[in-house]
Amino acid sequence: MTILEFIFYGFLISAALVIIRVIRGPTAPDRVVAMDPFVTMMVVLLVVTSFLSARSIYLDIALVIAILGFIGTVAVSKYLEGGELKEGVE
Amino acid sequence: MTIVEIIVAILVVIGVIFNFLGVLGILRFPDVYNRLHASTKCVTLGEGGVLLGLTILGIKMYLAGASISFVIKPILIMLFLLVTGPVASHAIARAAYKSGVPLWPKSVVDQYKEYLEKEAAK
Repeated sequence: MTILEFIFYGFLISAALVIIRVIRGPTAPDRVVAMDPFVTMMVVLLVVTSFLSARSIYLDIALVIAILGFIGTVAVSKYLEGGELKEGVE
Repeated sequence: MTIVEIIVAILVVIGVIFNFLGVLGILRFPDVYNRLHASTKCVTLGEGGVLLGLTILGIKMYLAGASISFVIKPILIMLFLLVTGPVASHAIARAAYKSGVPLWPKSVVDQYKEYLEKEAAK
């Protein structure tokens, strides 16, 4: 199926390009800003993989990686901000 | 090509092009905040378009006898990414500002600084 292969190679090229910013980025927020689209691109690649191989187990993995990427970004931003992760608990 | 495949192809091409332009913005923009703008707008819309196209493809596969997972889970992932993308980018923008990442020297307005000064004067 050519549509799926088009998505696969387009997102693979984009993910390879965004790694350049992860390596070069001068500060830590630069790296996080580049890593967040990388994780979501990997989620889309897993969905495409599940459609290519017609196995729905990859969709579960994609859902878990989407949740973990969001939690990782929020955790790193709370750490950079210097705040506590358990606000309101004295 | 049927009409379904044409709709899927249009959505997917829009999504992949938007995603590539967003990645180009992440590579070329001069500042964390400008890069955040490119990443959030273009990458969220790009992945939303691709996953919407894959959902339509999944409906076609479900009507041909595949599992219902191919319909529900891509649209669930799309809604999750659309909801959490702006939240995560808001958090990382505030963290970058508060940890002292400098703005681009040619930036013209800094409304968050004005807001913080107004809050401090209160």
